[in-house]
Amino acid sequence: MTTPATVAGPGRRPRRPSAKRDRRSWTGWGFIGPFVLVFAFVFLAPIAYSIYLSLFRDQLIGGTTFVGLDNYQQALQDEQFWSSLTRVSLFLLVQVPIMLGIALFVALALDSGRLYGRDFFRISVFLPYAVPAVVATLMWGFMYGTHFGLVGDINDALGVSLPNPLSPGLVLASIGNIVTWEFVGYNMLIFYSALRVIPNSLYEAAEMDGAGQIRVITAIKLPAIRGALVIATIFSIIGTFQLFNEPSILQKLAPNAITTSYTPNFYTYSLSFSGQQHNYSATVAIVMGLITMVIAYVVQLRGMHKES
Amino acid sequence: MRMSTRRLLRGTALIAALALGSTACGGSADGGSDRKQVSAEDIDAALEKGGTLTVWAWEPTLKQVAADFEKAHPAVDVELVNAGTGNDQYKALQNAISAKKGVPDVAQLEYYALGQYALTKGLDDLAPYGADKLADTFTPGPWNAVKSDGNVYALPMDSGPMALFYNKTVFDKHEIEVPTTWDEYLQAARDLHKADPKVYIANDTGDAGATTSLLWQAGSRPYTVDGTEVKIDFSDEGAAKYTEVWQQLLDEKLLAPITSWSDEWYKGLGAGTVATLAIGAWMPANLSSGVKEGSGQWRVAPLPQWTAGERTSAENGGSSLALPALGGNKELAYAFTEYANAGEGVKTRIAAGAFPATTADLRSDAFQNTEFPYFGGQKANKIFAESAANVGTGWSYLPYQVYANSVFNDTVGQAYVSGTKLSGGLRNWQDASVKYGTEQGFTVQK
Repeated sequence: MTTPATVAGPGRRPRRPSAKRDRRSWTGWGFIGPFVLVFAFVFLAPIAYSIYLSLFRDQLIGGTTFVGLDNYQQALQDEQFWSSLTRVSLFLLVQVPIMLGIALFVALALDSGRLYGRDFFRISVFLPYAVPAVVATLMWGFMYGTHFGLVGDINDALGVSLPNPLSPGLVLASIGNIVTWEFVGYNMLIFYSALRVIPNSLYEAAEMDGAGQIRVITAIKLPAIRGALVIATIFSIIGTFQLFNEPSILQKLAPNAITTSYTPNFYTYSLSFSGQQHNYSATVAIVMGLITMVIAYVVQLRGMHKES
Repeated sequence: MRMSTRRLLRGTALIAALALGSTACGGSADGGSDRKQVSAEDIDAALEKGGTLTVWAWEPTLKQVAADFEKAHPAVDVELVNAGTGNDQYKALQNAISAKKGVPDVAQLEYYALGQYALTKGLDDLAPYGADKLADTFTPGPWNAVKSDGNVYALPMDSGPMALFYNKTVFDKHEIEVPTTWDEYLQAARDLHKADPKVYIANDTGDAGATTSLLWQAGSRPYTVDGTEVKIDFSDEGAAKYTEVWQQLLDEKLLAPITSWSDEWYKGLGAGTVATLAIGAWMPANLSSGVKEGSGQWRVAPLPQWTAGERTSAENGGSSLALPALGGNKELAYAFTEYANAGEGVKTRIAAGAFPATTADLRSDAFQNTEFPYFGGQKANKIFAESAANVGTGWSYLPYQVYANSVFNDTVGQAYVSGTKLSGGLRNWQDASVKYGTEQGFTVQK
């Protein structure tokens, strides 16, 4: 029926609209096809594979068996997992506000236009973000050393005895310090670019009304960049829950202070590379992913809610 | 009912062991189903044909061996990769095996790690290549460590009978005697640290290998392994001897909080702030390459004893070269392994300071009378050889010691930084090891 001759010209057969609709829908797929393909391959497939892995258990003796949701049950009762989650939650509550606070302060200072050497200041605050996290951690790790590091040198030079930044009680704060150093510049840039798009007329109006700098900040600048604040907060939450580089490198320097289940990500790493528990590791990763998604979503909802 | 379950398990273990054996053989035979011998001609032909051989090892003396091997067999290109020391390399190796990609043809494995790879069918049996005829070539300790159930999973590369390396300059300066018992060692630690607060008798931040070796020497036998039945118990008398002395060293802060193999550690060894090392006889090669400024200052003494007058020793580390089942170039790989560990390479490695596992070399006058310039001309090998002869018998590691060691700092390590006692730390380590073993399908008793 469909010979080449019958498809002579488009639109000549109006009584077959269904064929037309078909063609239209395929055109759409043609456009998003490349994206869908890549999305499925690099995003959906790994997740699907992880879920598949999480349903099995591989033992040194006995091999691989299907265990259904047993791994999830184990994860929910896993003390090591929950204690690592508590640790990053504490980190989130303390480090993220400090980091975003400093970033906001720096962004407002840059935006105030009263800073001498603004461009230099901006680039130097941003610079640590350009240093790879691994290098940054190594650098800080050497400074933290009480024997041959900066802390040791200060102790020697001043005859004082600073507490060891790599002791179990302080190492989380030391990691927080590294992360803050790394990411203040990045967050500052988000805030600063949001501040730059505020129309000048608002400032002129404020000036005419006799508003001071503080009033301008609270009444104009902060409300205007709320969206940027929410985004930066969500990025920080995700980043905190994925904390890995810093503890994994510092562990070499402080093997007893940083356990193999120090953060959820480090725990999944240890499970799969030291214990060969790939299946359980996948389970923990999925549970952690879900928790991160829920918390990020709640923060986003709250942020949006306030905005409206 | 209980009895029959146990018998069933034992039967299963036997079958598993047999299956393991046959699989390992199957892997090494090309196409044949039974144990196929690889003749010397096959190996020669492979050497003639040549190829690129990937070797993962961190042993420093292998570099020269690889160069010599390439010279002897121009068609062969040996690619020596340092994929990390110990646990780091095992992670990389296990990763490669899981991914079935990038597995090296030859890999260095410490004796404690062999069990895990043999158990998971990760290694080829070397007997078909003629390794089973090398029984008399190697000293009994290392040889027993590489073979199980008639399979030879690796060729011993070195052994690590322990000795006490000490910085003579430091001991002389403060006029302190070199300790012969661990009680004297504790006293020497106090004296040294008192004389110079920068000096520590040793560094220790919790090292599973060192701790298990000292437990071994103290007569503790925490691990009993029979196929898949495992017993873990750190509450014996030997362990108590160890914790008593070590707890005092920790409580009085007499151990430098420096991790072995770190930059700080090398610096400390050279600067005289870490004054002794109780470690395996493979150490001289590392000292002369890593701590050049310590040359002439260090000496070797027999390991301090837990009971005065005894001469018991233990093995610390020591490693072998094995052929991962998923690696390639089998004939070349075996040829290199044999060359390095039982052939010409042994002499080269001894000359560079390695401690051999070959009987003939250990007994030879040339070896025993070698003067180490690094140790001020001392004939250190005599002390090592005597230590090798006095290694306590009956020690075994867990079949999953690599994992157990990876959680050592989570458990025992806590005694180094918090109020936890060493004995409590060992108990936690035991619990963690029991938990993992049970999860992995072993029958584990406490």
